[in-house]
Amino acid sequence: MLQRLPAATLNKTGAFSAAHASPLRTAQRFGSQARFASSSTASPNPFQSLVYSRATLASATLLATGSIAWYTHLYGNLPFIGEVHASSPGEVGLHPAAYPWSHKGWLDSFDHASIRRGFTVYKEVCAACHSLDRIAWRNLVGVSHTADEVKVMAEEVEYTDGPNDQGEMFQRPGKLSDYLPRPYPNDEAARASNQGALPPDLSLIIKARHGGADYLFSLLTGYVDPPAGVEVREGMNYNPYFPGGAISMPRVLFDDLVEYDDGTPATTSQMAKDLTTFLSWAAEPEHDERKKIGIKAVILFSTLTALSIYVKRFKWAVIKNRKIVYNPPADKTH
Amino acid sequence: MSLSTTFYNTFVKRNSVYVTSIFAGAFAFGIGFDVGVSKLWDSWNRGKQWKDIRHNYVQGAGEDEVVHKGP
Ligand code: HEC
Repeated sequence: MLQRLPAATLNKTGAFSAAHASPLRTAQRFGSQARFASSSTASPNPFQSLVYSRATLASATLLATGSIAWYTHLYGNLPFIGEVHASSPGEVGLHPAAYPWSHKGWLDSFDHASIRRGFTVYKEVCAACHSLDRIAWRNLVGVSHTADEVKVMAEEVEYTDGPNDQGEMFQRPGKLSDYLPRPYPNDEAARASNQGALPPDLSLIIKARHGGADYLFSLLTGYVDPPAGVEVREGMNYNPYFPGGAISMPRVLFDDLVEYDDGTPATTSQMAKDLTTFLSWAAEPEHDERKKIGIKAVILFSTLTALSIYVKRFKWAVIKNRKIVYNPPADKTH
Repeated sequence: MSLSTTFYNTFVKRNSVYVTSIFAGAFAFGIGFDVGVSKLWDSWNRGKQWKDIRHNYVQGAGEDEVVHKGP
């Protein structure tokens, strides 16, 4: 560093530091001063006096302590400092494995045969406790069932409608436009029948839980005996994937619980997989159309990007390649 | 006559032809692009979509059902 500086620079900085010897500066080694030589000036400049002022020091200290205090107040712990917790990872639930869902890839549509099987499982098992409020019968048409099949299923359910011209409510068989029936008239009834635990609506459950489809599959297939030393209260069940480990929902899927109309063997994991695919569809019915539009958008926009890059380079080629030559005017005084 | 001259004389010279061919070209590209992407999509997802399994569930020749594309 020093070798590469001309000798005059060293002289200058030497003179400078002698002239303006502040306690701060004399403490520094000579070499580091030479490095900042170019930014020093002979007279005290307003920027420097601002930076070195006591007011600046005080306000910077205040800002630092203030923001740490504010952070601590807001989040309850100090920033950038790890903490030791008494809770175990088990209390936030086991991380589910990543499963190769048939709709996982960028170009993959839902497996509609699986959606259909999953609806069978929902209807015969989960619908006893869980509602699916955001799905109407008509939503199944052209996705997993024909209109005729759905009409028959809807008609099996009684809906309250009205009022009629006497001002009375009446019962009628379901129509395509009706929403799937709820197992309980309201949440309080649902809690009362499930030891105080509310079975959540499943319409958006895939989006509403960390891990989404992987979590649901793991939860449904993850019931095991509690490990030694873990106490599970009466009426609760142990499931390592559920945060806290103790869940009010018992294991509900067992081999051959339902019969699939396409002849697929209804093992526990098959049912859990189909049900998860069905609920993934319920949470995101636009999924297939979205990905298809995505393909189009990516093709079109990448073509347009390539085109615009080409045009830019083409237009700038003249400017980037030009050579500027300066011919000084001839000196006529000599 | 070079290609670009031919192109200029056929499409660009008269504004009416120019504008019409742009509109017709956009229309044709729109349809062609749609068909192409749908082909890609259908072959990638062969056997998974509703239209691939629907024939298992429609009864008889009653093809009067409207196939919706999702809700
Ligand atoms: C016997 C009634 C019952 C049945 C049948 C049932 N559940 Fe549950 N489910 C519950 C209850 C009660 C809870 C609330 C658990 C809790 O909060 O401890 C629950 C919670 C859940 C949760 C939320 C877990 C979480 O992370 O909060 C999901 C997801 C779920 N059930 C899915 C299903 C699926 C899928 C089926 C069908 C295979 C099903 N359930 C069948 C009673 C049931």
